[in-house]
Amino acid sequence: MARVRPAIEAGRKPLAWAENLLMRPVLDSPGCHTDFWMPHDTAPTSGSILSVSQLHKLYGETLAVDGVSFSVEPHEILGLLGPNGAGKTTTINMILGVLQPTSGSIVIDGCDLALRRRQALSRTNFAAVYAPLPGNLTVAQNLRVFGMLYAVPALSRRIESVLAEFDLVRFRNTKCGVLSSGEQTRVALAKAMLNQPRLLLLDEPTASLDPAIAREIRATIREFAARTQVGVLWTSHNMIEVAEVCHRVLFLSRGRILLEGDPRALPSQLGHKTLEDLFVTVAREPLTVRHAEEDA
Amino acid sequence: MTAFLRRAAALLLRQFYLLRGSPARIVPLFAWVAIDIVLWGFITRYLNSVSNARFNFVPAMLGAVLLWDFMSRVMQGITTAFLEDVWSRNFLNLFASPLSVSEYLGGLVLSSIATSLIGLATMVALATVVFGLSFLVYGTLLAAFLLVLFLFGISLGIFGCALVLRFGPAAEWFIWPIPAFISPLACVFYPLSVLPRWMQGLARLIPPSYVFEGMRGVLEHHAHSLASLAFGSALALLYLILMARAFTGVYRHAVRTGLIARYSAETVS
Repeated sequence: MARVRPAIEAGRKPLAWAENLLMRPVLDSPGCHTDFWMPHDTAPTSGSILSVSQLHKLYGETLAVDGVSFSVEPHEILGLLGPNGAGKTTTINMILGVLQPTSGSIVIDGCDLALRRRQALSRTNFAAVYAPLPGNLTVAQNLRVFGMLYAVPALSRRIESVLAEFDLVRFRNTKCGVLSSGEQTRVALAKAMLNQPRLLLLDEPTASLDPAIAREIRATIREFAARTQVGVLWTSHNMIEVAEVCHRVLFLSRGRILLEGDPRALPSQLGHKTLEDLFVTVAREPLTVRHAEEDA
Repeated sequence: MTAFLRRAAALLLRQFYLLRGSPARIVPLFAWVAIDIVLWGFITRYLNSVSNARFNFVPAMLGAVLLWDFMSRVMQGITTAFLEDVWSRNFLNLFASPLSVSEYLGGLVLSSIATSLIGLATMVALATVVFGLSFLVYGTLLAAFLLVLFLFGISLGIFGCALVLRFGPAAEWFIWPIPAFISPLACVFYPLSVLPRWMQGLARLIPPSYVFEGMRGVLEHHAHSLASLAFGSALALLYLILMARAFTGVYRHAVRTGLIARYSAETVS
């Protein structure tokens, strides 16, 4: 069943993050696996791969992310949907540690990102169309350098494995800058899988792939999620893909989570034929969706 | 420590890959310093021939040029390694990894050591073989001279990186003139005493001035104040700490404002 997020119902709580901070007895252990207790209903469960709580990001007067809370469980692929400017990439950047939240907490596999950045990020990886690997290095060189940064054990073997997995063996000694955009995307995905992350962030991972390759990539990531304890956060504007891949979706609009639910069931629950129709409505008239949900 | 070295070594390896495949990156490592040594080598020969002084210009001026170029190369070793990340828009990939700022700076320093040693070896070979410069005249103090210049070169390099990180890729043009900007105060070719009093005060804040004063002291009087050189070393270390802190501060600002995530050619102002 879809539900309107408490952040909308309750309105903003500017000091909620401070309350959380004060009421949390233990943030995490050196091994980043200690469970902790959080007071509000959006507190993630201790077994979550990713727990985001009351995340805010303020740029001057502009509130880009407004009290976002969610979690990603092991084996789960969570879709983060929303129109341009909704706050998806801002949220992802905060989870990646390259953007400091104004308030809120991010816990990755039990490691509080603000306190144990290294441990948290060593369990994370990402691929995004706007972050290609350096074009002046070959595919193998890039994988080796990033493998060392992520302290990947048995690195040479792991590189061979991801090269094969993403059909990049023949491009091993090709500079990334001369690859097609689809091939570069596969290289970025290979780098993202290099450290076998617990949390995988994929920002439009199939945007520049042809349908056949995109299907293979989706299958690879679904298989990876099913086989390992990974949690995947996936953004895409391709609603067919989202419905096919994601176990659950969150709709973001103007920095807030408006809706959450099963991408296959959500449209009919809210009176829409397809996920794309629902997306368009959320993008154009977010209040309509909210009222429809409340009526339902 | 192992993790620090592994991640710093990753950046060194990246620099090695770039150099290996690119003559355009290799040639500047020794071409400009070689030209400098040849130019100043002939100038010092000429000065020796036209002056009837007992003073030998080769160790005083050619040695000074060599040491100054070494410092500039150390600085450029840091900044060019950093600019590779700017040009390839690699900050998001790097700083979304477990890499810390200190490890990143450590990697830049390792890259700079490798590239500046190539320049130093070229200069030493040319200066000794072609122009007969003997480093024995500086004695054991040569190691201290190189250390101070190395530390200060690293500091300047980190300062340049902080400028570019803060003000964007266009600020690259602030970096290249930095050595020329401070060279009058470094007293590379003349003693500190020829400067006006107010400039002497400023020069005493520049660690290389202690090196070049020391070098001339050794050549002219066969003696130099170790305390003065120790002060210069301490000053260089202080600059290194301050510049590393400045870079960290700029990095934190960039993370707070989102510049790291959005860093590209014209997005930073």
